[in-house]
Amino acid sequence: MSTAVQRVSVATSSFAEKRLVVGERHVAGALIIALCLVLVLIIALPLWALLSKSLESSDGHFVGLANFVTYATTPTLVSSLFNSLTIASITTVIVIPLAFFYAYALRRSCIPWKGAFYAAALVPVFAPSLLSGLALIYVFGNQGLLKSWMMGAPLYGPIGIVVAESLYAFPHAVLILVTALALSDGRLREAAEALGTTRRRMFWTITLPGARYGLISAGFVVFTLVITDFGIPKVIGGQFSVLATDAYRQVVGQQNFPMGAVVGIILLVPAVVAYFVDRAVQRRQTALLSARAVPYVPQPERKRDLALLTLAMAIGGTIIAIYGTAVWGSFVRYWPYNLSLTLKNYDFSAVEPSGWEPYWTSLQLAFLTATIGTALIFTGAYLIEKLKFFPVLRGFAQFLAMLPMAVPGLVLGLGYVFFFNASWNPLGLFYGTLTILVVNTIAHFYTVGHITALTSLKQIDREFETVSASLQVPFWSTFRRVTVPICLPAILDIAVYIFVNALTTVSAVIFLYGADTKLASIAIVHMDEAGAVASAAGMATVIMLTAISVKLLHLFLDRMVLGRLQRWRYR
Amino acid sequence: MSSKQPNHPSLLTVRNLNKSFGTFRALRDVDLDVKHGEFVCFLGPSGCGKTTLLRAIAGLDLQDGGTIHLGGRDVTRAPPSERDFGIVFQSYALFPNLTVAKNVGYGLVNRRMPSRDIAKRVAELLAMVGLPEQGDKFPIQLSGGQQQRVALARALATSPGLLLLDEPLSALDAKVRVRLRDEIRALQQRLGVTTIMVTHDQEEALAMADRIVVMNQGVIEQVGTPEEIYRRPETPFVADFVGHMTFLDAVVTGPNSVRVGALDLIVAEPSAAAIGTAVRLAMRPEEVRTRSITLDTPNRFEARIGELSFLGSFCRARLEPVGSSGTSIAADFSANAMRDLSITAGETLPVAFPPEALRVFQEVGR
Repeated sequence: MSTAVQRVSVATSSFAEKRLVVGERHVAGALIIALCLVLVLIIALPLWALLSKSLESSDGHFVGLANFVTYATTPTLVSSLFNSLTIASITTVIVIPLAFFYAYALRRSCIPWKGAFYAAALVPVFAPSLLSGLALIYVFGNQGLLKSWMMGAPLYGPIGIVVAESLYAFPHAVLILVTALALSDGRLREAAEALGTTRRRMFWTITLPGARYGLISAGFVVFTLVITDFGIPKVIGGQFSVLATDAYRQVVGQQNFPMGAVVGIILLVPAVVAYFVDRAVQRRQTALLSARAVPYVPQPERKRDLALLTLAMAIGGTIIAIYGTAVWGSFVRYWPYNLSLTLKNYDFSAVEPSGWEPYWTSLQLAFLTATIGTALIFTGAYLIEKLKFFPVLRGFAQFLAMLPMAVPGLVLGLGYVFFFNASWNPLGLFYGTLTILVVNTIAHFYTVGHITALTSLKQIDREFETVSASLQVPFWSTFRRVTVPICLPAILDIAVYIFVNALTTVSAVIFLYGADTKLASIAIVHMDEAGAVASAAGMATVIMLTAISVKLLHLFLDRMVLGRLQRWRYR
Repeated sequence: MSSKQPNHPSLLTVRNLNKSFGTFRALRDVDLDVKHGEFVCFLGPSGCGKTTLLRAIAGLDLQDGGTIHLGGRDVTRAPPSERDFGIVFQSYALFPNLTVAKNVGYGLVNRRMPSRDIAKRVAELLAMVGLPEQGDKFPIQLSGGQQQRVALARALATSPGLLLLDEPLSALDAKVRVRLRDEIRALQQRLGVTTIMVTHDQEEALAMADRIVVMNQGVIEQVGTPEEIYRRPETPFVADFVGHMTFLDAVVTGPNSVRVGALDLIVAEPSAAAIGTAVRLAMRPEEVRTRSITLDTPNRFEARIGELSFLGSFCRARLEPVGSSGTSIAADFSANAMRDLSITAGETLPVAFPPEALRVFQEVGR
C-alpha cells in the first residue's frame, strides 16, 4: 500500500477533526434548541393560552372553574354538547360498517375497477368539508332535485349534518381500514380452510378480529372529525347548534373569550381520548403480524364479489353523484328552474367583495405552508430521530411534535386567537396576517407530516450517522447527501398532504384571517351565508379541482421524475 | 507496517469499563489492551457484551465508568468523530443513493482533497478490495459480499488508526463468508492496520485473529491466541463455547490424577486442588485416541459405542466406558477411522485419553 498517501491523510485527518468537532456539537445543540423553541411557540403556548383563558373571567381575573360551572348551567350550551355527541355517535355508527365493507371490497375481493373505487372514496378529502353540505342542499334542499325523498323532513338540521358528515368522514375511515385489512396473514385462512371452516365462521374468527384495531381506530377518528367539524354544521345546520358552531359564536359573535375557551376544552376531550386509544392500538397492531406472515391474496368468488361490487358501486356512485351535483350546480343559471349552464357563478366579485382574491390567497398559503412546513417538519424529525446529542430536549421536541394530533383545528385556532390577541404579546402584530395563517396551518397538520417523516427515517440504516462520524463527515453533510435524497418520496408526500389540507381547511383559520387574508374556504362560508350557494359551490369546486390536480401532479412526479432520479432503487 | 508510533506499547487501552442497561450489566470492569497492528476478535454468545464493548470503543454508546485511551490520547468522553477509527457493520450501511465510488470517497470529500486525488485513491482502494471498475454501480447492483468489500474500502479510505468490524460476515452465505474472511485477514496483514472484530462465530475468530477476547455476561473470560484459547481454555465457559467439549464429574486423587466413575486417569498438568475435591474434567471429542493403543498406553480403557451421528467428514460417537454406565463421552472418528476400525454402534473397542489433552476445572461458579 502507498504509505505516503496514508501518512498525508492521517495528518489532514487530525486537522479536519479539530475544526469539525467544535462545529458539530454546537450546531446540533443550536438546531435542537431552535426546534424546541419553534414548537413551544407554535404549539405549546397557544394551547396554554386556551387553558388559562378558560380559567379567567372576561376581564382577565383567575376564576377557577367558574366558567365551566356557567357552561354546565346554561341549557342552550349543554344542549349543543348533547347535540354534538349524538351527531358524532350516529355518524360513526353509519360510517364504520359502510367503510369496512368498502375497504373489504378493495382489499379482500376480486372486484374490477378497484383503482376507480379507491379514487371515488377519496374525493371528499380534496374538498372543504362544507362542500358535502352544499351538495346536499342541491340534492335534498328546499329546491333540491330529490326533495321528495325527504318526505317533508327538513334537511337543515341533524339529518343534513349527519349525511354530510358521513360523506366527509367516509374516506378517512376507508383509508384506515384499507391499511388494517392489508395486514393479514394468508396462512391463517389456509389453516382454517384445511380444518374445513365455513366462510361465515372465518369472517367472524379471522377477518374481523384481525381488523379490530383498525375498526377502533377508525371509529375514534370519525367521531373526532365529526364532533370538531365546523364547516358542515355552519352551512346545513340551520338552528341546530353544536359545539363547533358554539365556539365560533362565542368568540366571533359575542366576543366571550372565556366561554369560547371552555367549549374548546370540551372539544379537546374526545380528540385527546382518540389520540391515546390510537397510540395504544398502534402498539398492538404491530405485534399482531409477525415478519414472516404471508400476505393474503384473494381468490375470485362470484357471489361475494358480486355483492361487494354492488355495494362499492352504490357507495362510490353516491359520493360521485353528490359531489358531482355540487359541481354541476355551480355552473347552473338558476337551480332548479333554469338548468342551462353558465359561468356567471364564478364571477365571485358579484357576491363577495374580494372576488377571486381569496383563492389566490389560499394558493399562496398552501404553497408557503407546504414548503416551509415540510422543511421544518422533516428537519425536525431528522434531529429527533437521528441525532444522539441532548436526549432530553429531543424527547421534549418529540412530545410537542405529536401534540397537534390530539388538538382539533378549531381548538388550535382558538388557542391562536387567545395567544396572539393577548395584550402583552408583541407577536400580536402578526394577527390577521398571512404569517399567522401559515404558522397555524403548519402547527395544525404537523403531526401527520412528522409521523410520515419518522417512518421513512426509521427505514434508513441507523448506522449511517455512525459511519459518517467515523469518517469525520458532519451530520449535515450526510443529511444533505444521503438522507434527503433517500427520503424524497416521503418529503413529497408530506408537502402534498399539507398543501391539500391548507387549501381545504376552515376550522382553525376562521378565527385568524384578516381583511387582506381571507381564504377561499372562508369565502365559501361567507358566500353561503349571503345566500349565494352556487358561487359557494363554485369556489369549493375550484378548490377541489386544484387539490386533485396537485395530487395527480404528485402521482406523476412520483412515477416519472422520481423514477428517473432514483435509479439507485432498482437493480 | 508495525513501525507506527512505537513509543506507545498499545494502541488501545481500556480500563475498568462498566456499562449497564437498566438493571442489566452489559460490561463489568473490563480491562483490555490492543497492540499496534494486531487483529483482535471479541468472541462470545449474544448478549455477552462484545458489541457493547465495541460501541464503547467507537464512542457510539458511552460507558458508565472507566477509561479508554486510543493512540495515547484519552478519548473516554470523546464523540465518534474525534476518535480515529473506521467501522464496518453487518448491514454494510452503504449509502444506497451514492455510487460505489462515491461511497468509498465519502470521507475524503470532506477533507478538501482535490477531486483528482480522491478519484485516484478510490480506484486504488477498489482495486485493493478486488472490485476494480465497479465504481459506477449502485450498492443494490452488487452482491452481499461485494457490498461488504465496498464498506471495507470506505472504512479504510481515510487510513484510520483502528478498524472496527461489527459482525461483518454474519449476513453472508457460508461460502462467501469463508472467502471474504481470508481476504480481510490478508488485507489486514498487508496494511498492518490494527483491527477489532466482533463475532459470535468461533471458527471465524480462530481463523482470523491474532488474539481472541472471549466474553461472557459482560466479563472477559480469557484473552489469548487462537491456539491458547482452544488448547488451554482457562474457564469451563471458554472450554465449552470454543469447540466441542465433554465435561465429566471427577474427584482429585493425586497431584496428577483424577477418578471418573471407575476410571483412574492421569492428567499431564498438575492441579492445585486438594485430594478428594470434586472437579470437572474436560476433553475434546477429537482427542479421544483409538489407534495404536497398547497395554502401556496411559488412560486406556474399553468403551462401548453408543449412538453414532454422521456429520460428513467425520462421525460423532457417544462412548460409554465399560463398567461405568451413565458416563457418556463424545468422540469424533474420521471417515478413515470408521472404516479401518469398523466402528459400529453396540461394539466395544479400546480407547485412550492422552493425559496432555485432559483439562481439570475447579467446581466454582457451576
